[in-house]
Amino acid sequence: MDENYIKHRYDPIIPSKEEWPVVKLARERKEFVKKVADLAESRILGLTGKNPEILKEELETTLYREKLRIKQNPWAVDPDDESVFWNEVRSSLLQINTDSSLDKAKRFQAYQGVLHRITSRYSEEIASNFKASHYKFTRSVVTYGFSRLLNAARVKGFKSIFSNQYTLQDKIQITGQTDQIRDLATKGTIVMVPTHFSNLDSILIGWIISVLGMPPFIYGAGLNLFNISIFAYFMNALGAYKVDRRKKNLMYLETLKTYSKEAIQFGCHSLFFPGGTRSRSGMIESKLKLGLLSTAIEAQRANYQNGLNDISGKVFIVPVTINYHFVLEAPGLIQEHLSQTGQERYYKESDEFSTSYKISKFLVKFFTKGSDISVSIGKAMDVLGNYVDQDGNSLDKRGRKIDTRDYFVSDGKITIDQQREEEYTNMLGKRIVEEFHKINRVFSSHLVAFVAFELIKAKTNKLDLFDLIRLPEEDIFIPYEEFKSVCQMVLDRVFELKAQGKIDTAPHLKRTMDEIIAHGMDNVGMYHAKRPLIRDKDGNIVTEDMSLLYFYHNRLHGYGLEKLF
Amino acid sequence: MALKNSSKPKKIGVVGVGSFGAAIANMLAEKNEVMVYARKEEIVEEINSVHTASGREINPSIQATFDPEELCRSCNILFFMVPSAAFVDVVRRFAPHLYPFHLIIHGTKGLALNLGPGESLETVQKLRRSQILTMSEVILQETVSVRVGCLAGPNISKELSLGQPAATVIASKYNEVILEGQRLLRSEKFQVYGNSDIIGVELSGVLKNIIAIAAGAIAGLGLGENAKGLLISRGMVEMVHLSKALGGSVQSVIGLAGVGDLVTTCNSVDSRNFTVGFRLAKGETLDQILSTMDEVAEGVNTVRIIDAFIKTAGIRAPITENLHRVLFEDLPIAEALHFLMKYPFSVDVDFV
Repeated sequence: MDENYIKHRYDPIIPSKEEWPVVKLARERKEFVKKVADLAESRILGLTGKNPEILKEELETTLYREKLRIKQNPWAVDPDDESVFWNEVRSSLLQINTDSSLDKAKRFQAYQGVLHRITSRYSEEIASNFKASHYKFTRSVVTYGFSRLLNAARVKGFKSIFSNQYTLQDKIQITGQTDQIRDLATKGTIVMVPTHFSNLDSILIGWIISVLGMPPFIYGAGLNLFNISIFAYFMNALGAYKVDRRKKNLMYLETLKTYSKEAIQFGCHSLFFPGGTRSRSGMIESKLKLGLLSTAIEAQRANYQNGLNDISGKVFIVPVTINYHFVLEAPGLIQEHLSQTGQERYYKESDEFSTSYKISKFLVKFFTKGSDISVSIGKAMDVLGNYVDQDGNSLDKRGRKIDTRDYFVSDGKITIDQQREEEYTNMLGKRIVEEFHKINRVFSSHLVAFVAFELIKAKTNKLDLFDLIRLPEEDIFIPYEEFKSVCQMVLDRVFELKAQGKIDTAPHLKRTMDEIIAHGMDNVGMYHAKRPLIRDKDGNIVTEDMSLLYFYHNRLHGYGLEKLF
Repeated sequence: MALKNSSKPKKIGVVGVGSFGAAIANMLAEKNEVMVYARKEEIVEEINSVHTASGREINPSIQATFDPEELCRSCNILFFMVPSAAFVDVVRRFAPHLYPFHLIIHGTKGLALNLGPGESLETVQKLRRSQILTMSEVILQETVSVRVGCLAGPNISKELSLGQPAATVIASKYNEVILEGQRLLRSEKFQVYGNSDIIGVELSGVLKNIIAIAAGAIAGLGLGENAKGLLISRGMVEMVHLSKALGGSVQSVIGLAGVGDLVTTCNSVDSRNFTVGFRLAKGETLDQILSTMDEVAEGVNTVRIIDAFIKTAGIRAPITENLHRVLFEDLPIAEALHFLMKYPFSVDVDFV
């Protein structure tokens, strides 16, 4: 793969803002919201088999859960009229239930009316409030702010705050199939699926998309982020629609999926974090949340149904991995992971955990000391996980052109088969995980963390993970020479895997082993109060925090490298 | 392609006209237009002119071809009914002509190996799950078709041809495939069940061949019906554990394709697997037996693969292990039996 980092800013693929799909969508917001509400309504009716009793039950369940949520878990962002709305729903349901003059059809109609009010409300709530002027402003704030900080830190002297010697792109490297994604974004619709390790990811990806000259992607952001008004401003500016994780009722979920599907069909490029939330363990996601992913497949099928058989109706899935030496939230994440998987087997020794790092402090350190981040853009695939060529044609494993439409055809016709599409979603999820592993870039810090943890594990082979993590850190040390030879062994295997196209590596892994180790030790989890790896005064490798070491080690999980020990 | 697709009604394709393939083709031909594929030109000739295949009756409405492309073009649904030894080859021959709109149902009971170049079962010794492929996994790996199903159950071709009542299981992850299979095959004399655990159903059909060899051995030793009951029940427990370790569910093993087929095969003296066991018990060696059989008994191959797999899976499968020692390590069969009788099977049923 090309080792050159992309350092120039690309020309915008669609120069006129007016032509951006997300701007068009914002212009037609009102009609779009109504369309989503209507389609969600008919989907739910389909799911209830048009049976008034089942529909009634679903309405009552939704009402009950919503009332409970309002009472138990209110947020600042919630609209004031919520209680009023659900009380109205309740009295409408009561009225329909007790009105004996209604026959079956009329009763069904009345329930449908209530359903319509609910999906309309949800649809309005989910829809984004994108404003192009805000987007531009936000983008320049992010870029400007970051590069001022960077230059202030790197170039000496006070005046240097206005220097342009360094740009953000020196810190954040973009590699991989950048030309392909730009090209396909002008022809079809992109669904980008990145790995998710840190809260910085969404800002980072937003910035990458703009560097690549692509119009903003829409994505579902947790409603909790909108609680803070400054965040709400930024999120709206980036084209985010709102996902409320508290609402797990059928009607909300169906409206949300409909919104995502319709936006893709509208031609809006979308961004899903398919892992759902940040990876708690530090491993690359292996189980994906398939809910939103299924909307990409549905949208593709719907485009074919509507006769959009050429590339303009094609949906492309682009996996992306984000590689860090340092994940700000690592201590909290790994703690959550361990207490979830270990339950009573895991307990914290003490509570003075090193989560006290503030984001501002991190940013200053990030720019002064430098901690490189690389973003790998994977090969584009169709919604079944087949690679596509430069014209967007799907290719099978032998490179033969195939038509994605054929996957949705039964007996010569496009058919809607929900169960089939569920299976396709599973398949796509597996393919994305495979691609994540292939484009994942190994950093020196991943290597040293992996080797150190596995060596410690091998030396204490009777202990399981939770005993291992409770080992007193003072008792653990690895002689440097031993460490070095094992690092070499693992790196050799990594390069073998790379030759087979199963993993990627950062250029700094081409240095000598002493340099790689020094680089890795300097960088691994560099800003944590307790460092996962350091060298003691005798030159041995020691750890200050086993859990963090485990977290950073996990980045190389899933390649069978453990078997070398 | 889409246009070509809808221009005329499609036929149902059957690949392979061995005894089972011919029986299924004839059943399909009762309600549908059927086209069969045979590799040998003279068999194609025979079917098209005198409506027999190697002497077996073929419904006169059935057309035959030796061109994979013609079959794929004429059919949306294909039944692969080829012996497991030829399966990978045949699938590869069809792969360039298959598209994602094709539905494939196979009726082959066997396992294939997924090894690197230059590797063989002799060189690797142990097998991980990823190095073993069921037949549906072969199709998924080699072709672009994804809507795949399998057909398994107690279906002795001779009885099917006579129109005696029977049933089968169609297993697929796709409801669509199950429903199509049922629509095409169901008749007054043939019941078709559906199952979404395709791996479990395929494994049931494969693993029962091991037990069938043991059943033949028990008959050859003249051990009677109590021993056979013992074997079938212990065999089923072993199948459950192996199937679970390979990714199948318990339910499928105790269904028609598992226990149903197991009982039938363990009583069918004509089956090749049963014959191998029977002749072993009479004192012949494996080489002697195989040299007089025109087709390999699938169970022999399965014993080797499963024995190599249990070394990595960390489970015990006493019947398979002992059969392996008898077949390949010259353990006298009486000693294997002795060993099994002493084996601490203390719990009757430990999987539900």
